[in-house]
Amino acid sequence: MTEPSIVRRETGARAPSRYEGPGSANLADVLERVLDKGVVIAGDIQINLLDIELLTIRLRLLVASVDKAKEMGIDWWEHDPTLSSSARRRSLEDENRELRDRIAELEGGHE
Amino acid sequence: MSDPLTYVYAITPAPGPDLPGVSGVDGATVRLVSSGALAAVVSTVAEESFDETALRTRLEQMDTLESLARAHHTVIDAAGAREVVLPLRLATVYRGDQRVLDLLDRGHDRFRDALERLTDRREWGVKVYTDPSTALAAERPAGPSDPGPGAERSAAPSSSRPVGERPVRTSTAGAAGGSSPGKDYLRRRRQEQRSAEEVRRATAEFAGRVDAELCTLAADVRHYRAQNPQLSGAQGENVLNAAYLIPEDRTEAFTAAVRALNGSVPGTRVELTGPWAPYSFTLPDPEPA
Repeated sequence: MTEPSIVRRETGARAPSRYEGPGSANLADVLERVLDKGVVIAGDIQINLLDIELLTIRLRLLVASVDKAKEMGIDWWEHDPTLSSSARRRSLEDENRELRDRIAELEGGHE
Repeated sequence: MSDPLTYVYAITPAPGPDLPGVSGVDGATVRLVSSGALAAVVSTVAEESFDETALRTRLEQMDTLESLARAHHTVIDAAGAREVVLPLRLATVYRGDQRVLDLLDRGHDRFRDALERLTDRREWGVKVYTDPSTALAAERPAGPSDPGPGAERSAAPSSSRPVGERPVRTSTAGAAGGSSPGKDYLRRRRQEQRSAEEVRRATAEFAGRVDAELCTLAADVRHYRAQNPQLSGAQGENVLNAAYLIPEDRTEAFTAAVRALNGSVPGTRVELTGPWAPYSFTLPDPEPA
């Protein structure tokens, strides 16, 4: 009655056999592991882990399969300033432009 | 200024596994550097693609994050299929091979101990879901007092009123004789709510049982947050998301146990993934109880 949810495929070497859920390795499974787990060693390139952890938390809550999400027309993270640096840059640029326009307007009014 | 950088995937015992045909991040060649008893699986990457600014952008964009994560995982997965590995977190980057060799020397004992602990052990992922289709099927014909064969006794009807359920005025004692459409409707509604609550309760209980049973075979366990079902595309609600560190000589017993648990309780589904490189078990301290 339950459809088979365990898929078996052969791999070589050390692994006798491999099991995966429906579809290939779930992106959420991969991200959980590569972002949250694994040895943390300070490399020479310093990245702000806090930002990435924020991203991870949001991902965990929301994104298990990006393709699926995109298929469903969900791409809000691309415009969410907390998730996307380009969106953050865009919103700052917008704000700057508005402020500049406002200043120009005010200065124009005085002369 | 644009010296090449060295991207590190994992640490393994020297000399490390050959990985012909496996390419790394940005399609880079994967190679090994070793010092003493340890080797690092690395790639040379361009600085402009992996300096602070580039990396930040890549990690914050979903599509580039995904390709980076998958490439990182592919290399670790391939290495882990041939040799015990200590996976490093995504995007660990050094200014050249010498800095990686320094790292191997500096962390030598710590890495060696961790590799020893992980030798002949593999990580397996197990998720328990509610399965809405079978849950519904079990509900429909059976009614509230019979959740179906194999369901736990814990779903006793006497204690099953959901906290949020609005009291229904119709007396329960008289329910058997009630035949008006209104009464029938209310009774059906109550039965449905009760069934849904019972399914939830039974599933939570089942998830606990799965975890307890699999823990008896595991050297270690980590629990992850449940994955969101709406976007994972998975049917049902994820109620257990755990990783188990399983000694290789218990692989058959473990996978058999998972298979037996899957489908043993109507309305639930157990999924197995793996074997994974031991990402979740690189720290020696077990999860606090």
